[in-house]
Amino acid sequence: MAEQTVIESVRNTVQEEMRRDDSVIFLGEDIGARGGVFLASDGFVEEFGASRVIDTPLAESSICGVALGAAVNGMRPIAEIQFADFVWPAINQIVGEASKVRYGTYGVKNAPMTIRVPYGGGVRGGLYHSQSIEVLFAHTPGLSVVAPATPYDMKGLLASAIRSDDPVIVLEHKRTYRLVKGEVPSDEYTIPIGKAEIKRPGTDMTVVTYGLMLHYALQAAELAADSGIDVEVLDLRTLRPIDADSIAESVSRTGKVLIVQEDTPAVSISSEVSAIIGERCFFDLDGPITRLAPPEIPPMPFSPIQEAAFMPSSETIFQAITKLAEI
Amino acid sequence: MKATTDEPDQTIQQPSGERMVELYRIMVLSRYLDERVWLLNRQGKAAIAASAQGHEAAQVACVEATDPSKDHYLTYYRQFTAMIALNTEPEEMLRGFLAKADDPMSAARQFPLHGAHPRVDLFNFSNVIATQLPQAAGVALADKLRGLDAVTVVFFGDGASSQGDTHEAMNFAGIHKLPVVFFCENNRYAISVPLDKQMGIESIATRAASYGFPGVQVDGTDIVAVYEATSAAVKRARAGQGPTLIEASVERLLPHTTDDDHTRYRSAEDIAQMPERDPIRIVSAMLRRRNLLSESQDEAIHNSAKERVNVATDIVDAEPYPGVETMFDHTDVAPRGRN
Repeated sequence: MAEQTVIESVRNTVQEEMRRDDSVIFLGEDIGARGGVFLASDGFVEEFGASRVIDTPLAESSICGVALGAAVNGMRPIAEIQFADFVWPAINQIVGEASKVRYGTYGVKNAPMTIRVPYGGGVRGGLYHSQSIEVLFAHTPGLSVVAPATPYDMKGLLASAIRSDDPVIVLEHKRTYRLVKGEVPSDEYTIPIGKAEIKRPGTDMTVVTYGLMLHYALQAAELAADSGIDVEVLDLRTLRPIDADSIAESVSRTGKVLIVQEDTPAVSISSEVSAIIGERCFFDLDGPITRLAPPEIPPMPFSPIQEAAFMPSSETIFQAITKLAEI
Repeated sequence: MKATTDEPDQTIQQPSGERMVELYRIMVLSRYLDERVWLLNRQGKAAIAASAQGHEAAQVACVEATDPSKDHYLTYYRQFTAMIALNTEPEEMLRGFLAKADDPMSAARQFPLHGAHPRVDLFNFSNVIATQLPQAAGVALADKLRGLDAVTVVFFGDGASSQGDTHEAMNFAGIHKLPVVFFCENNRYAISVPLDKQMGIESIATRAASYGFPGVQVDGTDIVAVYEATSAAVKRARAGQGPTLIEASVERLLPHTTDDDHTRYRSAEDIAQMPERDPIRIVSAMLRRRNLLSESQDEAIHNSAKERVNVATDIVDAEPYPGVETMFDHTDVAPRGRN
């Protein structure tokens, strides 16, 4: 057991999986000698060689298209998209192609590929280094989408993604990379895709969240505890398939729910979570389904003042908790 | 044949006379099957078809230069003849066109000729143009990493040559000297848009120079020329020398699909000249000139193809459509449920 940051967990997990399985290859921009812009592949080209650690041209569609072709021909590629904001040129190869391989070939082909996508804001990234891009992928049948928020979950879910026989999008929040530290067992383990986890048990209300917001929600829950409000924090961890049972179980038990996300709210993960709660917890609710999310403007301003105003924080989450508790 | 970068490889043998007749037989079978599918469309039984009429010689000769026991084929929607050359039975193809339960490519989930072949490594995931090219580079990369000598053949049209994925794929394949044959069937129309509105150059093959590998332009109605060009490309690829771009000039004898009307955009003169470029006529005449085919043998080939298609049509027409339940197969979704 050793304490690691999220980015160290990413690096160590990919390294372990590449050591375990020769069919795992890694493709992306600047992942060779540079070791990746976040150092997710630091030392990899030295250990595994340039044939398995492939510095690609600056062309996201072919990063994912090549990974897909290699995946259907016996490899387990990991494609790194340098920043989530740059994933759009590859959408066709991911959403249009990879997601439909197993279905469209009636199971003759499958695409065991992992697409790692550093996403999210709070890093002074402005409009093109801050985006939350999860909704399009989470909407797509045939894809799995995970958003591990702790070093422990990162190892377990990234390993599951790499070992999956179908495409998995791994969303890695950039702000958590060096901010969040935690214990990571050195032994091999996986966490099943599709399982949420209660990160803090409570009885008065449930906060449903994922990614960086998990950490802000946990801070807010501590503030609330000081005010006598016992908040349960449910970390979705996987956005597709979403763990509807865990959401319904928690919300039915506490009777109140606040959904917190960093993405803008229209047609988003919180919309889906709200629908699940509406369908499954209606008679157990003691208050309205509430959401805390940024305003509907393009995410997110470069100005530090506006960036801070855009993102939910532990303070704004605490305020929303307090307001909901009073209902 | 005009090589833009490399001289033709003089060590490549032509197909034997017997094989050339066999290739012609496949072309004729493809033609009758193709005509039948259009008829089935007009009868309301086949929802959509894209024709290979005019492309038959290019497709059959390309496949002839490869090894189906180990090579990979990424096709697009017009690969009738290539699929027959790769031992797809007429019944199997008709099941796709009629969306029957036993369609071997996708169990009637996809448009005809899309999905994956159950025996040969041939697949066509998508209707989105040129997506198969980066995928082909990836397939070839996987072979190269494992030291296999398989070749990946990727088929596409002139329309696909405009897509960014085509550039990205050729760039990547050139960097890594991947064993890919980029086989472009240039029929001069992207649905209705003619070449001079698709590109500011004369030949797609010349683009290969910018990726560092040879580009070759061939007459796609000439099975010998296509076979030789593809054989040279396959030989280069197997020897680790990297990709080749082959541009086979063909005529699209029919509209883009059963839903198109090419009299809206092709001139009367252009349409009138088409029969001169019909590969069935051209290859038949070539085989006659070489005394490889008599008139009666030619007639027998036609009659046998017609009969084969009739038999296949009767069989498949009587087969069942898939039930609703099978639309959930190969997913995690319970029938009529949500995940």
